Amino acid sequence: MLSSQIKSNEIVFGSCNKDLLEEIIFYGIGLGADFVEIFIENTDNSSVLAEEDFITSVSPSFGRGAGIRIFKGQKDGFVSTNDLTKHGLMKSVSQAIEMLDITDNKREVFNGLNKHRDYSLSKKKWINEVPTIHEISEKLLVSTKSLKKNNKIITRKGSYSRNLQEVIIASSDGTYVSDIRLHQTVGLNVIASDSQYRSSGSRRFGSSGMPNEFRLWDHEKAANDVFESSMNMLYADYVDAGQMPVVLANKFGGVIFHEACGHLLETTQIERGTTPFENKLNEKIAHESVTAIDEGISEGSFGSLSVDDEGMEPEKSVLIKDGILKKFISDRAGELRTGHKRTGSGRRQNYSFAAASRMRNTYIAKGEHSKEDLINSISEGLYCKSMGGGSVGATGQFNFAVEEGYLIKNGKLTSPVKGATLIGEAKEVMPKISMCGNDLELAPGFCGSISGSVNVTVGQPHIKVDSITVGGR
Amino acid sequence: MNSREITTQISKAADFLNLKKWDYGASFSNDYSVQVDKGEAKQLKASQKQILTIRVWNQSNLVGITTTSDISESGIKKALKQANIASDFGNKNESTEFSPLAKDPIKVKEVKKRNPVGIKKLLTLLREAEVKLVESHESIKSVPYNGLSESFFERVYANSEGAFRSYSKSQAALYLYARAEEKNKKPRSSGSVKLGYGADDIDIESCIKEASNKTISHLNYSSIKTDKYLICFSPESFLTIINAFSSMFNARSIIDGVSLSNENSIGEEISTEALNIYDDGLHEKNISSSPFDGEGTPTKRLCLINRGRIENFIHSESTARIFKTTPTGHAGLGSKVSVSPDWIVVEKSEENFDLKTSLDHSTYEGEFVYIEELNAIHAGVRASQGSFSLPFDGWIYKNGKKISIESATVAGDIKYLLKNIVNIESSQEVTTSGISPHIWVDELSITGDA
Repeated sequence: MLSSQIKSNEIVFGSCNKDLLEEIIFYGIGLGADFVEIFIENTDNSSVLAEEDFITSVSPSFGRGAGIRIFKGQKDGFVSTNDLTKHGLMKSVSQAIEMLDITDNKREVFNGLNKHRDYSLSKKKWINEVPTIHEISEKLLVSTKSLKKNNKIITRKGSYSRNLQEVIIASSDGTYVSDIRLHQTVGLNVIASDSQYRSSGSRRFGSSGMPNEFRLWDHEKAANDVFESSMNMLYADYVDAGQMPVVLANKFGGVIFHEACGHLLETTQIERGTTPFENKLNEKIAHESVTAIDEGISEGSFGSLSVDDEGMEPEKSVLIKDGILKKFISDRAGELRTGHKRTGSGRRQNYSFAAASRMRNTYIAKGEHSKEDLINSISEGLYCKSMGGGSVGATGQFNFAVEEGYLIKNGKLTSPVKGATLIGEAKEVMPKISMCGNDLELAPGFCGSISGSVNVTVGQPHIKVDSITVGGR
Repeated sequence: MNSREITTQISKAADFLNLKKWDYGASFSNDYSVQVDKGEAKQLKASQKQILTIRVWNQSNLVGITTTSDISESGIKKALKQANIASDFGNKNESTEFSPLAKDPIKVKEVKKRNPVGIKKLLTLLREAEVKLVESHESIKSVPYNGLSESFFERVYANSEGAFRSYSKSQAALYLYARAEEKNKKPRSSGSVKLGYGADDIDIESCIKEASNKTISHLNYSSIKTDKYLICFSPESFLTIINAFSSMFNARSIIDGVSLSNENSIGEEISTEALNIYDDGLHEKNISSSPFDGEGTPTKRLCLINRGRIENFIHSESTARIFKTTPTGHAGLGSKVSVSPDWIVVEKSEENFDLKTSLDHSTYEGEFVYIEELNAIHAGVRASQGSFSLPFDGWIYKNGKKISIESATVAGDIKYLLKNIVNIESSQEVTTSGISPHIWVDELSITGDA
């Protein structure tokens, strides 16, 4: 019946693929699937690396592929392929159906796809508006030159990457959307050395949906910041280990909330039974000074989206309000398996991953205090100005490296210290965040988890944790 | 298109674009994986992937590169055109050539080719494993992280001077991470990973037993006092440390100024004389072995540390030329060619050095900390500075009895660690990342919360 309506035997980006997509979905439903979802992408990426005073790498890449997900009950089968022909997509549907061992005769109803929601219309010009390799190379070389402020700087690097992703999403609930996503990120790194002393400094900046952003990037300010950080830490002593109060700086300081608490509020963690907050909705899980938000709507932020990878517009989710747990971050499978409503947070690295509940722009809301109020309230402790990466174990314990730290003595910042790590557990640390500053700022990052690496923003104002284990020597 | 057809297609398109010199690396894979949750299939996954990376040299001998998953005739043409454009920005400061060893004979391990067992069998095997693991101890309540997968892939390298290499192989992996809970105690978790050439080769029973024993052994825990301790590194944890600081042996890292070594470090004493370290990608126990690297250079066994002294660095074509030596088979194809180790083998050297041989993790009755597994490597290692501060799973031993450590980090300096090795046990153990005996180190800082 439907084959007569087929106009193309292959997905064509920039064209209407409705008939072909409907046929694929009908095929899956006809074979007994409860739900069929198709995610198709076309990518055009490039990256540039400057080292010292040379461009040492220019790496363009492009590709396309499809991820097809079939649900039967609470089970799902996911197949990814580079073959975007009708035959290739139908073969993938068959494979997913076969994996799920679907044999019953119960058939869901598919009424065809809804009207196409095209979020890409105003974005098609982006590919022509992003900076050229020439522009990028010139600015990166100026940036690495700016890092050469004295002879203690022995290594200078500047890196840029641009990801342009065109997506088509269709599913058996009628969803049919297209979008174009643009992410740009630029980073600077140095290593400083003086006899036996060594230090490093790094900063990364990023945006989404702003083709001109790299041109506006203040590379001088960034270079000064990275240089000063490496110089401040060059002769730093190792920190003494122990329990102490800490003040965490704003911007990337929010990585701790993201890793230690945010992940535990994703429905994938409820599905696994690995979050201590599973049955804590509307209960106090943090100090009353803490309100935490996850959203995908801040214009230009690295984790913002017009539509998530399951075709839903992102919402602003207040996760914690005045210390009370209010919401979990949920995707389609999360809603199906845990009952928590979708929040527009179904995300994946690319077509080869099934979407999962993932954070977007996640931050602790601003409070009333100044940064000085927080530091003045501590007689002996640690100020973590810049955080490195970290991880969270299977039982919720986290560990984060402090890239740039200073001792606090009698309410004042004193000597720089290196080698510090912050160790704890979210449910024990969250009630100890007793003061939040009034200087909320966000920072871009990449988050790796079950559905691959996705762009996110972390953030917070300066916050004070009354007591935490600081690892050192 | 198969790999021969791709080579022909690239050659034709390169001729059309007047590109005389090119090479490419490609991989094609079919992967199948399953996860379960309390006896039910959770996610079943299959993927077909193809990746092609093409390099071209322009008339100024500058290199450009492009990577694509579109291996159609038009995709290949587009990739060559993009690589040609990128070559205008090629690195003028460091040239890249074909590996002089790209046509040398390669050693391919003789492994019987496995066929896919299929999703249904993978699912059955994993379901059974989950049940057995949960039933192995009353405190084990779930296996939240689990998976069984099998992959079948082919890798190819070819260049415009007629080099052509390809090999295909299969690999399967099983991981089981259990979660144990007891009243008034924190949940504890541990697990095990096993690899095989095919799903039928994986020792599922030993994976279950190992995951169960490890998890149960962490049920009784206590915090540890912050102090310096005598440490015994498990083979896995010692290999983790060596891999994290492998930039010490990496010529690319040395050139880039991010290594603790420099071009004159060959012969430098960096550890106790009793220590030998090799990189041996072709080792018979290495399931993930590859007979050639991204530039087509044959993989080989290479001594990195000989009796405590740096013996060799690992190289790509360009780093080898700068160091006036030959490539070692450790290159990864890219715009900037990367260099990385394959499979580390740690050994005690044959000479009788002054080691404290009474230190044996199974018999020693004094106090020591056993580090089973190091975590958060990406966050806690400063490879260019030599320092580390890493959370770990392990136990403290006193008077022959052990108790799990609740939460702690070990911190130190890699040079200090290597110089303060006080014993290297005799028997080696095979892990997923290499082979090593247990290694004892004196006086490392541990932060606990006692």
